Amino acid sequence: MALPSPDSTTWTSPSSAFLLGLRSAATTVLSLVLFATYIGIGALGHDTGFSLFWVLASTVLVWAGPAQIILISMLSSGATWLQTAIAVTVSAIRLFPMVVSVLPMMRTPTTKKSQLILPAHFVAVTMWVECFRLLPQVPRERRIPFALGLGTGFVTVCVSANVVGYGLAANLPQLFGAAILLLTPLTFLLSTARNCRELADYLALILGLALFPLAGMLNTGVDILISGVAAGTIAYGVHRWRRSR
Amino acid sequence: MTELMGEWQALLVLLLAGFLPNEVWRMLGVWLGGGLDEGSELLVWVRAVASAILAGVIAQILLMPPGALAAVPPTLRFGAVVAGLIIFLATKRSIFIGVLGGEAVLLFGQWWMG
Repeated sequence: MALPSPDSTTWTSPSSAFLLGLRSAATTVLSLVLFATYIGIGALGHDTGFSLFWVLASTVLVWAGPAQIILISMLSSGATWLQTAIAVTVSAIRLFPMVVSVLPMMRTPTTKKSQLILPAHFVAVTMWVECFRLLPQVPRERRIPFALGLGTGFVTVCVSANVVGYGLAANLPQLFGAAILLLTPLTFLLSTARNCRELADYLALILGLALFPLAGMLNTGVDILISGVAAGTIAYGVHRWRRSR
Repeated sequence: MTELMGEWQALLVLLLAGFLPNEVWRMLGVWLGGGLDEGSELLVWVRAVASAILAGVIAQILLMPPGALAAVPPTLRFGAVVAGLIIFLATKRSIFIGVLGGEAVLLFGQWWMG
């Protein structure tokens, strides 16, 4: 569904910007992908003996699919909370550059950092991609309420999916287990590809895929960080070099 | 799991091992990135690093798959993702159709191989 034009009177109040954010979450097809992923997380939580409340709290508080899968599977396989915390911390590194790249689209010269805390909490892959796609169509002074509506909408979709998945768990066919787990790499790949704007972004994606197996041989525990910073920096270097010629 | 630890203890573990490890990076992003200008050159590098780290997460899941995905042969795992990417590129970058296509290849492959 198209957003109203930036000079439309619909944007005059923050609350209507929030509602437009909610509506965008309800109408984007990426919500269907989120729904399926979080059915899987709900079912995983059920099968490993967590309470429904715990699973819902993990969606609201953690708000990152891969981290929730690591958290649930490690804890249920007997890992200590500290081992789990370390693994989740490493998996969450990506959130830092994602937040850094998306917040400048939301702020105005008068925005306080405290107003950015909740929008930053909502940042995860789907939110990141949809902000890049939608925020340019939103008047700058309404982007924070819009993003809050968008994030609230996505969390609502995922929490509902958790309830459905938790309830269905025992009846989910085995065949779908692998299909739900494949959703994460598939959506991450296509989302990142859609967010590519410049040569540097495409190169970063391709080099990031190629360098990970090499960095993986180092077995440092932070292989993703090493391959990510290396691939991103090479891609940026190529971008600089091409522009300077 | 919660029967094993008790609900309060499970929620405490959720905060320590789930919430904080993620939120720390987001808040670091607010603190260090909250003041950057949208047109800043540094952001081009940051975006490239974000894409490359996401690419690493993708590669990691495909090479060392969790749970039921590990039972799928590597050729089918990679084949399904490559098919999804090709469909995505062929449909003017529709994430949704690409994801559906990749999933269809995986399900068909599993069914075909029994």
